[in-house]
Amino acid sequence: MSEASITMDAPFERSLLDTAPAPLVGTSVSRVDGPFKVTGQARYAAEHGSGDLAYGMLVRAPVGSGRIDRLDTAAAEAMPGVLAVITDARLIRNGGDFAGAAAPPHGSRDVVYFGQPIALVVADSFERARAAASAVRLSYERKPGVFDLAEVLDSAEPPTNDIFGLFLIHTEQGDVAGALKQAAVVVDEVWTTPSQSHAPMEPHATVAQWDGRRLTLHGSYQSPVTTRDQLATLLGLETAQVRVLAPFVGGGFGSKLGLMPEAAAAAIAAQRLGRPVKVALPRQHVFEMTGRRPATHQRLRLGADADGKLTTIAHETITDQLEGEMFFEPAGIATHLLYAAPNRLVDHKVARVNKLLGVSMRAPGEGVGQLSLECAMDELAEKLDLDPVELRLRNEPEVHPETGQAFSSRSLAECLRVGAERFGWTARNRAPGRCRDGEWLIGHGMAASARGNLFGPAKVRVRIDADGLAAVETEMTDIGTGTYTILSQIVADLLGVALDRVEVRLGDTDAPTSAGSGGSWGATTAGSAVYAACEKLRVMLAEAAGVTSGNAVFADGMIVAGEVRRPLSELVGNGMVVDGATAPGTSNAHFSQSSYGAHFCEMRVNAVTGEMRVARWNSVFAAGRILNTKTATSQAIGGIVFGIGGALTEELVHDVRTGKVVNRDLGEYHVPVHADIPDIDVLYLEERDRLANPLLAKGIGELGVCGSGAAVANAIYNATGVRVRDFPITLDKLFPGITP
Amino acid sequence: MDWIDAEVEAPLTLRVNGVPHSVRIDTRTTLLDALRERFGLTGTKKGCDHGQCGACTVLVNGRRINSCLSLAMMHADDEITTIEGVGAPGALHPLQTAFIDADGFQCGYCTSGQICSALGMLEEVAAGWPSHVSGDLMPAPPLDLGEICERMSGNLCRCAAYPRIVAAIQSYAASREGEGA
Ligand code: FES
Ligand code: FES
Repeated sequence: MSEASITMDAPFERSLLDTAPAPLVGTSVSRVDGPFKVTGQARYAAEHGSGDLAYGMLVRAPVGSGRIDRLDTAAAEAMPGVLAVITDARLIRNGGDFAGAAAPPHGSRDVVYFGQPIALVVADSFERARAAASAVRLSYERKPGVFDLAEVLDSAEPPTNDIFGLFLIHTEQGDVAGALKQAAVVVDEVWTTPSQSHAPMEPHATVAQWDGRRLTLHGSYQSPVTTRDQLATLLGLETAQVRVLAPFVGGGFGSKLGLMPEAAAAAIAAQRLGRPVKVALPRQHVFEMTGRRPATHQRLRLGADADGKLTTIAHETITDQLEGEMFFEPAGIATHLLYAAPNRLVDHKVARVNKLLGVSMRAPGEGVGQLSLECAMDELAEKLDLDPVELRLRNEPEVHPETGQAFSSRSLAECLRVGAERFGWTARNRAPGRCRDGEWLIGHGMAASARGNLFGPAKVRVRIDADGLAAVETEMTDIGTGTYTILSQIVADLLGVALDRVEVRLGDTDAPTSAGSGGSWGATTAGSAVYAACEKLRVMLAEAAGVTSGNAVFADGMIVAGEVRRPLSELVGNGMVVDGATAPGTSNAHFSQSSYGAHFCEMRVNAVTGEMRVARWNSVFAAGRILNTKTATSQAIGGIVFGIGGALTEELVHDVRTGKVVNRDLGEYHVPVHADIPDIDVLYLEERDRLANPLLAKGIGELGVCGSGAAVANAIYNATGVRVRDFPITLDKLFPGITP
Repeated sequence: MDWIDAEVEAPLTLRVNGVPHSVRIDTRTTLLDALRERFGLTGTKKGCDHGQCGACTVLVNGRRINSCLSLAMMHADDEITTIEGVGAPGALHPLQTAFIDADGFQCGYCTSGQICSALGMLEEVAAGWPSHVSGDLMPAPPLDLGEICERMSGNLCRCAAYPRIVAAIQSYAASREGEGA
């Protein structure tokens, strides 16, 4: 087998993607997995398992802080079809982190959040497991706990860990206090955001099966290798003893990155019983036991001179998390780089609470951090009597405002200008609360968007078999992100074969390890590894044809160079295989890399009922080369709607006496529905990022979320004259300020 | 033990996509679990098991229902259509093709439900059933954006393919009209 690797140490002046005679990359190719998904033939986690499959149901703590004294399982064990009630020291207390191989906390009878898994009931049918789980009796001692962030803000402390170096905990430049005193205009306000739930439509589920000493899991995981490694550590296995499969994943949004309780429980039970076990979480367990976006308390201070030049940006955030857990919501993450200002402060603190695990949720940091920053910019623009678009343009930095690094590419200003044009921003309502159409108040708002671009190590295997069929194998997943399609397009373009002559096999830890779906880096990282492999295959094919690859054109299943014209199938012999790899290099370390955008929206607010409707939406993004305009637009819409939900309806309500999630189902936790969403106009600008990766592309999966909620909030202010800084903006918070 | 006494098994034959399936079944089994766990028809999805997401939508005698909210035993005399009965990868229903063309899904987990629900919804509109947003109760409601969104709001999509699902339904409905259907 051959290998090829790309490290980003220099700008990529020439991408082979620009040489394809009839390129598919950059066009709107329909999803190659589409026919399976629209016919119900795509098999998700819980849809695996053979005839002797057993069903597990978790029994969970009915208290938010305490200690389990006794577990009375006799009644449950006596019920028909019950195979075991498992109380194993390896059942995990909460999910694992999004990376690393450490086993999550386990083996304790101490309860630290309401709904924590305690035991697993296994029976020969789902109905029997469910009935028996409710027959397990627990006795416990209640302990004092902390269930509300607002109560413990003063006890917040700096996070103990910077999460593999991804997040900056504290940065400071200049003299914030002094500059604020001298500023002509100051904004100093606090924004709060509640816990939110990822609520992927596919609940977490695992089917575990042992085959001698080898364990196979079918599951719903964004990063199968992380699940494998954490599980292997937990069970004391070699990683080679565990195979994790996740070819189709029904959404994740960050909630399926680490090992989750159902996977550990299924693996343990399957070993104990010597038969396959499925643990598919009921929706209530997903809400109470997998993960949430932590609540935040954000103080934002901006100072500007009379011309609207920012002199100061200070963003101090406090977020909540379980004791001992590493992750924190890095709400200030985009504040480092969005706007220029000489005096700066970004600070993160964590308060410890007894609520379910805080984890990454679509755009961790930016997702809620740009609510406060972009709303504060709107307030500043108003105080300065300046167009909020113009305010942002005046504070556009030339280099990264903290590090002085150059931007690899940054088209924020262009996004703002084009977006304003498409929306008709000049014709917007300028007098808050004054534009009315019968009962409806109409308002316009905008916000900027930024999301860091990541590039990680990834490996893929690309084969061409004797018939000239190409195949990609990698552990990488497609959680709705379009990976199957995008990797197929890259191979088709680089090897000059038809799309239906490429097969992409994903979500298998026995294949080379990729980057996983998280952090918007999957397509670019795995895609770059595919690029590396194909580049090498082109050289091998050219050699076999007796030509140099630089002069060769790959098209229609042929290699063509001068007089030479040979089908690939003639050149590959018994087949060719290359492992392609990527590694971040100095380009990634020495340049500031982010995707950017701008959102514009019209909100209608009913003055009588307080009902809020999104009426019109335009977003413009720049994220390097767009690999597939169809799937990229879907990603953008999905992100924008996620942000709209966060602004208007999404709040995981914890009982402040127990931490219990009160609205633990889809009837009460309100994700946006059809009727909430208008047509959404999305435009991607032409951009190439030669420092990002050989595809010249940047991440897009989370960009839409960033700032979209702020555009909604700013439009609601413009419609009503009411600033609500406590998200979500529900109608009860508007009522005091609107008159029917 | 009241738990033990409460359990009953019964014979049941269900007709799904024209095929009879005969089983002995725990009477607590929902139609959804019968399809997925007993008949291997996993195209119908479980998103909430509480009638709150629409992922489990199937057609019963042509009308859409949430199969998680219905016991299997209640459907002995019914004609049940699931996504597997709508079309197959090599023989797609035109609405399925429209979903692919419009990119009316991302992760695909809500998609079976969206498609079955849309098929049922279009029949409801054709039969003149008004909705909450219909301006007038008497004439056949128009198939505009507001009507489609209102009528499809029981089908959640966390990937938020909403605008594109609506586009797929509209393009399918328009092509049907073109054929005079
Ligand atoms: S699974 Fe039936 S409505 Fe959600
Ligand atoms: S396509 Fe993922 S939930 Fe609809």
